Amino acid sequence: MRFFEYEAREIVKRAGIPVTDFGFTTDAAEARTIAERIGGPTVIKSQVLTGGRMKAGGVKFADTPEQAEAHAADILELEINGHMPRGVLVDPKADVKQEYYAGVVWDGTAKKPVILFSDMGGIDIEEVAEQHPDHVGRVHISNLLPISDYQAKECIAQTGVTGRALQRLTPIVRSLAQLFVDNDMVLAEINPLCEMKDGTFVALDAHMDMESEARGRHKGLLKDLGVGDDETRLAREPTDFELAGEEVDGADHRGVAGNVTEFDGNIGLVIGAGGGSLTLFDAVRAHGGEPANYCEIGGNPSVHKACGLAKLVLTKPGVDKIAVMMSIVSNTRVDIVARGVIKACLELGFDPAEKIAIFRIPGAWEEEGFKILEKYGIEYADRSVSMHEAARRAVVKITGPDAVAAAAEAGS
Amino acid sequence: MRTDGIFIGIEVDDEALASEPRLAGHLSQVCPVDIYSEPSDGELEIVQRNVDECVLCRLCLEIAHLEVGENAVRVIKIYDGGAALE
Repeated sequence: MRFFEYEAREIVKRAGIPVTDFGFTTDAAEARTIAERIGGPTVIKSQVLTGGRMKAGGVKFADTPEQAEAHAADILELEINGHMPRGVLVDPKADVKQEYYAGVVWDGTAKKPVILFSDMGGIDIEEVAEQHPDHVGRVHISNLLPISDYQAKECIAQTGVTGRALQRLTPIVRSLAQLFVDNDMVLAEINPLCEMKDGTFVALDAHMDMESEARGRHKGLLKDLGVGDDETRLAREPTDFELAGEEVDGADHRGVAGNVTEFDGNIGLVIGAGGGSLTLFDAVRAHGGEPANYCEIGGNPSVHKACGLAKLVLTKPGVDKIAVMMSIVSNTRVDIVARGVIKACLELGFDPAEKIAIFRIPGAWEEEGFKILEKYGIEYADRSVSMHEAARRAVVKITGPDAVAAAAEAGS
Repeated sequence: MRTDGIFIGIEVDDEALASEPRLAGHLSQVCPVDIYSEPSDGELEIVQRNVDECVLCRLCLEIAHLEVGENAVRVIKIYDGGAALE
């Protein structure tokens, strides 16, 4: 879940990282009061969860408190990329000597966080990494072991920063890494991290993205920031299909049929089990298939829930068949899921053998499950068939062998 | 009485029910997926929409066996050629 800039700055401040004397308000008159308190020129920034603020007129400079109030009034009415602002952030206009970038992101390949640092701040780090790779430092850290100043220093030094700047930046970067781990972030970024002309170092802007599943562990922080339980803060609004998936999951407490995510492809997926969803989704794509959806089933859903999910996927426009695949299950029952997906086909008036491209769920109660699948003539696979092979068979059946051959060619 | 879903059939012997008035209540208590429901008049009802949720736990068979005797309740696996759960 993403945070507004004013919230991200508050998180940074709580971590002991110096920030400017900023203020947040939803009221133009209060923006004037904040500007008066700050004294001197200010920047008024729209608080929206979207990019392109500057270009859209959501960031304005004010020389006087009166100007700050007028700009705040304009910005509070300004819609940016379909988003109305939560409020405005009033910030002192910075007297910057040098801009840096500091970030910590989750490295999915290394399966640990990585600290990123650049002496070229204020612009997209992706752009810097592409055009000036020698100006980006990287150091992986542990999620469990203590984070040391040495790791932060090593990362900063990779960019050639030395001396006083290195000494001053080190605790800031280390604190950023610590807040990333402590708050279950997937992204913690300060850009720009500035050395001011008076020699101080401050975070001028910050972006934070917390793992949605970790919200429950940070209720205190979210309450302090005023983040409501009903605020999803996702990168985009859920589609009708995804909302229908939530309804299916919420209608029955048994098991999980969650994280239903819509895609444009034609292969309907009913997938899950201990990371199986991600593996199977990737496997389908690796074999040239285009998934119509992602989902995660597990925890032994009822027949009703498995049926509801399968119905939802089967009736998605463009979906001709579904692939029902999981890793080896121990809690979820094979026979119960089999009943659910077959029931969905029957209640929609479809032939299950025609609509279910493959059923690959080995594990608990598989003997009963396989009996059900055999009765309805559905192609199924036991644990001797890998998830990748099952995905390949599904793609061949739904998209055709040419797509699989083309994907194999591209991958070789 | 017998009620069939797509995969499961539930058969309860009417005479057994009549011979043991507590059986209806006990069946509704033991079933983890609410296949049996005891209306206020004491008559047993098999809940059609829950029949296919049967998890083959045998609890209904065991309570019926204890209170009335064998075959008072039968769980039929329709998908398995009509085999009764033992």
